[in-house]
Amino acid sequence: MTDEPLLRVSALSKFYGSRVGCENVTFDLWPGEVLAVVGESGSGKTTLLNCLSTRLLPSSGTASYRMRDGQWRELYRMSEAERRFLMRTDWGFVHQNPADGLRMTVSAGANVGERLMAVGDRHYGKIRATAVDWLSRVEIDEDRIDDEPRAFSGGMRQRLQIARNLVTGPRLVFMDEPTGGLDVSVQARLLDLLRGLVTDLGLAAIVVTHDLAVARLLSQRMMVMKDGRVVESGLTDRVLDDPRAPYTQLLVSSILQV
Amino acid sequence: MATPLVVSDVAKSFTMHLRDGVTLPVVAAVSFSIRAGECAVLGGPSGAGKSSILKMLYGNYAVDEGQIIVQHGDGLIDLASASPRTVLSVRRHTIGYVSQFLRTVPRVSALDVVAEPLVERGEDREAARAKARSLLAQLNLPEKLWALPPATFSGGEQQRVNIARGFITEHPILLLDEPTASLDAKNRDVVVELIAAKKAAGVALLGIFHDQDVREAVADRVIDVTAFAAGKIAA
Repeated sequence: MTDEPLLRVSALSKFYGSRVGCENVTFDLWPGEVLAVVGESGSGKTTLLNCLSTRLLPSSGTASYRMRDGQWRELYRMSEAERRFLMRTDWGFVHQNPADGLRMTVSAGANVGERLMAVGDRHYGKIRATAVDWLSRVEIDEDRIDDEPRAFSGGMRQRLQIARNLVTGPRLVFMDEPTGGLDVSVQARLLDLLRGLVTDLGLAAIVVTHDLAVARLLSQRMMVMKDGRVVESGLTDRVLDDPRAPYTQLLVSSILQV
Repeated sequence: MATPLVVSDVAKSFTMHLRDGVTLPVVAAVSFSIRAGECAVLGGPSGAGKSSILKMLYGNYAVDEGQIIVQHGDGLIDLASASPRTVLSVRRHTIGYVSQFLRTVPRVSALDVVAEPLVERGEDREAARAKARSLLAQLNLPEKLWALPPATFSGGEQQRVNIARGFITEHPILLLDEPTASLDAKNRDVVVELIAAKKAAGVALLGIFHDQDVREAVADRVIDVTAFAAGKIAA
């Protein structure tokens, strides 16, 4: 483990007119660390994720990222082209709806290969071999490589989206409700897969979810948001087993026991 | 002799915001220390705060007041005020914990559940699995269960997986929350042997044992938790 964080976020706020998207969010993320952001819908967690991934520009505050060469760069001062390059190579973004993160009308293999070509790979055989390898890592059979994701089930699409994001060996992955809308059995398989990949690859990840069980399984640290503000943060098991903020206590006590 | 864990003046209460902010005091002025190579046992009736103390020492419960000084690597850190990142590092390298119940992950085999703490510490996966096999065998868990996820195991089987997971690493401090509660006599004896081996290796152990035979077999001394009852101080 290195002694420097990967991402430093300071006093980040986003306002939509007079409405608060998220306000005064500050945290550091270290390499290999998974941070869960939880809260009910409208709590500002997706706004925060979109600001961090530079899909949205914040109203105020800063976020700096440690590039592969060790240089710190201020995210909101980078050029559009630089940000896009970062997004294609060193970052991944897993959307809740796979259709937002995949190209639905090109083959599964091409969906994975496209990211490789974006980082300069040109050798067709190598790209295809890597695509096959990644499809198998996300448990998609090799004989589906030429099918379009339109022909895939929801769980398979989500696994393909994950393969597409991870193939370039990113260091930071943003996930927006990665298991939302999936059957519990499919969810369990996906969570297990994500857990394994995150540990094996040493990824840092920021996972937005309203599902506390998903947060418990995937993350080491947790931030609880309400009305755009972080009301509690800490170790995931500490926040869930000894919640201190009134809102966190409400969330934890609302979990249904099976 | 080395003293890797020193607890001083620790207090803990729960504030129930959903019940009009009612405050439940749990413990206050908790002070003790554990030496390397000894096994201390937290004693006292149910509800006295024994588990809460263990959970604070593992960073699982927040601490209201006081200090928990841990020998971590070459330095000393205060776990009560440490950052989440530091607590994670302490858990990986310094403090092990055997909880009362196993929290299972879907689709992960018993063998990998046991091997995981070693893999997290950077050990080779196959070497970790080999150690896991020998521990599970020592705890008499039938070999046909090793490849299955423990979610469907019986209470005693899950507890043995949990014990193996807690004992597989070489953490210098080990916390045990009723590790023998649902075990038969034969397996209780195995746990007593495992604890004796840890003591011989210089590990500082702190446990909760309701089973009197086990307690008498492992305890070097008993820390009476009723002495730390919250509210007693004011009286």
